[in-house]
Amino acid sequence: MTMEWRRRHVLGLADFRVEEMEFVIDTARSMEEVLTRDIKKVPALRGKTAVNLFFEASTRTRTSFEIAGKRLSADVVNFSSATSSVTKGETLLDTAKNIEAMKPNIIIIRHHASGAPHFLSRFVSCSIINAGDGANEHPSQGLLDLYTIIKAKGKISGLKIAIIGDILHSRVVRSDLHSLGRMGADLWLCGPPTLAPKEMERTGAKVTYDIREAVRNADVVIMLRIQLERQKTAYFPSLREYSRMFGLNRAVFSLAKDDAVIMHPGPINRGVELSDELANSAQSRILNQVESGVAIRMALLYLLAGGHDAAH
Amino acid sequence: MKKAGKKVILDAKGMERVLSRLTHEILEKNKGAEEIVLVGIMTGGVPLSKFIREKVLAIEGVEVPAGYVDITLYRDDLSRAGYQPRLKRTEIPFSIDEKKVILVDDVLFTGRTIRAAMDALIDFGRPKNIQLAVLVDRGHRELPIRADYVGRNVPTSRNETVDVMVQGNRAEWKVLLNESTTGRVKP
Repeated sequence: MTMEWRRRHVLGLADFRVEEMEFVIDTARSMEEVLTRDIKKVPALRGKTAVNLFFEASTRTRTSFEIAGKRLSADVVNFSSATSSVTKGETLLDTAKNIEAMKPNIIIIRHHASGAPHFLSRFVSCSIINAGDGANEHPSQGLLDLYTIIKAKGKISGLKIAIIGDILHSRVVRSDLHSLGRMGADLWLCGPPTLAPKEMERTGAKVTYDIREAVRNADVVIMLRIQLERQKTAYFPSLREYSRMFGLNRAVFSLAKDDAVIMHPGPINRGVELSDELANSAQSRILNQVESGVAIRMALLYLLAGGHDAAH
Repeated sequence: MKKAGKKVILDAKGMERVLSRLTHEILEKNKGAEEIVLVGIMTGGVPLSKFIREKVLAIEGVEVPAGYVDITLYRDDLSRAGYQPRLKRTEIPFSIDEKKVILVDDVLFTGRTIRAAMDALIDFGRPKNIQLAVLVDRGHRELPIRADYVGRNVPTSRNETVDVMVQGNRAEWKVLLNESTTGRVKP
């Protein structure tokens, strides 16, 4: 492969070509080797600054980006809205312009509004990475899920991959549809009708309300966190009923292929969408996802932090 | 524009002779193959280090550990390059602590690659010493670095390039000097 990385922002996977995704994964493989060393740090991004600009609660994604940046010797600064001027009424653009004035190379943003990273990318001169915007996309998660499955299965094409839970509100699903879908997976989406709209079939995935149909013969089962706060808005009658109908337990999982694996973007509600036993089982790749996540984010930071000012 | 000319500096047979001599020199200086490990620099140094490893086995009957290192993440021009260079692989699946590390590369030029490679090695441990073996030394050093074992000294001008063709079939290995006036200069 001879492609050159020309992207300046990572806003979503919607417009990612297959060869770009392969390029990121190839870069992540090299990063993963760095993580196996005693000294887990390389000087590649010395003198570069990345700002974590998080307007929504996040521990693992923010920490993952922070560790990724530090492994590459970048300075990583955390900005969380709870302790910032946002609570004093500052607009998103003003906040971003102020941060930009401090000359970071990359802003990693999570925001409750879909499209916030795209909006910012038009007004600031540094690179933007979307770390989750509303229900739209979570591209680094889409890439790390892709990478985790490639490591577990050696390929994507032809695999039956079931994604189960709150499809409607999930930005992970939207990014996964782009990454896994474009690589040729047979994707199945499953949840209660209120949370798994039939219109999602326009993406090429199949939608079912029967978890058994989704899991039967699956190679990979991705469980989504059921956002407990949603229960108040009556998307489903009770947590207990949800768990009984859409939770993954040993009996349902036995319908999948013998070598099937379980994934979950975290944080898990144990006993709700995923049984305790399965979360801890040998088939679980949940902690591998976290590991892959650091390597993928190192790859993205490395690729975006190039000296491409002259070239742009 | 001057027509670009290509000159064969070494053919396959010549390279084999040169690498055999380098191997003997390495073994002589280190009084055998004990404590030696080989690390080829990606990508040109890797086939050369494999060749040296086989020669050591033939001469001394010792299988020395061999790995390879990609120096991209240690380059001093990362933020100057137009776009980020594609990463290659690093694999040093053994301890280099208290070992004599023979770093192998195809062409010694500015010395910046070797500086980066040494920084990478130090991240893997604390070797007893690091020695440098190169197939071609073309001059133009920008850092105080020299090779311990040199296959060929090739005086060049800055805008010439030295192409070491060592991927694939060994019978087709060769080293070319390109007298191109527009040739890209390897960093």
